[in-house]
Amino acid sequence: MITAEWVAELGARTLRVLRSFGRAAFFFIDLLVHVPAALRRFSLVLRQIHAIGNLSLVIILSSGLAVGFVLALQMYYALVTYGATESLGLIVNLSLVRELGPVVTALLFAGRAGTSLTAEIGLMKAGEQLSAMEMMAVDPRSRVLAPRFIGGVVSMPLLAILFSAIGILGAYVVGVLLIGLDSGNFWSLMQDRVDVWRDVGNGVVKSFAFGVVCTAVALYQGHETEATPEGVAYATTRTVVVSSLSVLGIDFMLTALMFSTP
Amino acid sequence: MSKKGLETMVGLFVLLGLAGALFLSLKAANLASFGERKGYTVSAKFDNIGGLKARAPVRSAGVTIGRVRHISLDPKTYQGVVTMEIDLGVRFPKDSSAKILTSGLLGDQYIGLEPGADEKELVAGDVIRQTQSAVVLENLIGQMIFNKAADAGDGAEKKNEPAK
Repeated sequence: MITAEWVAELGARTLRVLRSFGRAAFFFIDLLVHVPAALRRFSLVLRQIHAIGNLSLVIILSSGLAVGFVLALQMYYALVTYGATESLGLIVNLSLVRELGPVVTALLFAGRAGTSLTAEIGLMKAGEQLSAMEMMAVDPRSRVLAPRFIGGVVSMPLLAILFSAIGILGAYVVGVLLIGLDSGNFWSLMQDRVDVWRDVGNGVVKSFAFGVVCTAVALYQGHETEATPEGVAYATTRTVVVSSLSVLGIDFMLTALMFSTP
Repeated sequence: MSKKGLETMVGLFVLLGLAGALFLSLKAANLASFGERKGYTVSAKFDNIGGLKARAPVRSAGVTIGRVRHISLDPKTYQGVVTMEIDLGVRFPKDSSAKILTSGLLGDQYIGLEPGADEKELVAGDVIRQTQSAVVLENLIGQMIFNKAADAGDGAEKKNEPAK
């Protein structure tokens, strides 16, 4: 008797998970379909790039600088034992451009921009604003959701590039200006060993993928939220958890695909 | 915020992003070194290229004068064919020799070019005749152990001889 209940419960859970996957996939396709319509009303997209990109600049730039400082200091302590301090810039550059830049930017993005998207959409839904728009024959998908999606997808690669760039400048400040490494070696080793397409280009491709995932997750969670204060709170939490975990998982897969050969 | 102000802010954001991309590709990666380097390609055959990789430097007297473009295997002689690009400003005699060397004890491998004495110069598409393969550490150690064993064997034989 207990086992029968248990089996039924397992089946119900599996169906629930599958159903949510299906809903998310349809939601995502719907979003993509409405992108051209949103691009025609470009002022809406512009406002979203400002809200998602410009307003995230401060946190992204300050974290990038801090990560660059700390990486340079830690790498220096490790490298000085082997007398290989001249490759400090190279190590900081590669780890920022390939991994830390896209991933940390995506995690911060999920916390800074993803949550605000979810809360906004969730409250719009709770206040029946989305239904009201539909009543007025305005499609909320092309008017509300798609502009936010484009804004997120455009902003993320730019933010990730700025994160890496300011991180490298931070490493320069610590390595060359404070510790006193040779500035020529710092830049020339990078230019010698970092490839534009392989390293920088793949990093940008990564951040683009993270932009799509983080924004779509945030919008989906907002759209699926229950129309209560607890529902909105729960949806915002889920946005951070789901986007962070999927960013880490996708990052592992992309790294294995892109950098498996030395 | 007015529409104009908003547009300006977004424009500044995009410009900042592009400036970052430019910085990453020109100052912190190798895009700048692609354009200025124009060279001629020559190839060389080695019995063993060791750990040489594409994009490894080609040096003469320690100065980097070019890069390895690609590496392939000659299907007839079973030798490694290394194609390298040398800067146009640097000319070498036709009988120059190429060696595969290692920077430091365990560092990266590179090609060292030593100029010969021929009056003719290497031109694009030439093959460098005199080459010296990479030193493979395992072979070196193997040879040393083999010599040691041979010496020990000789000593033992000599000791046994008077007893005969």
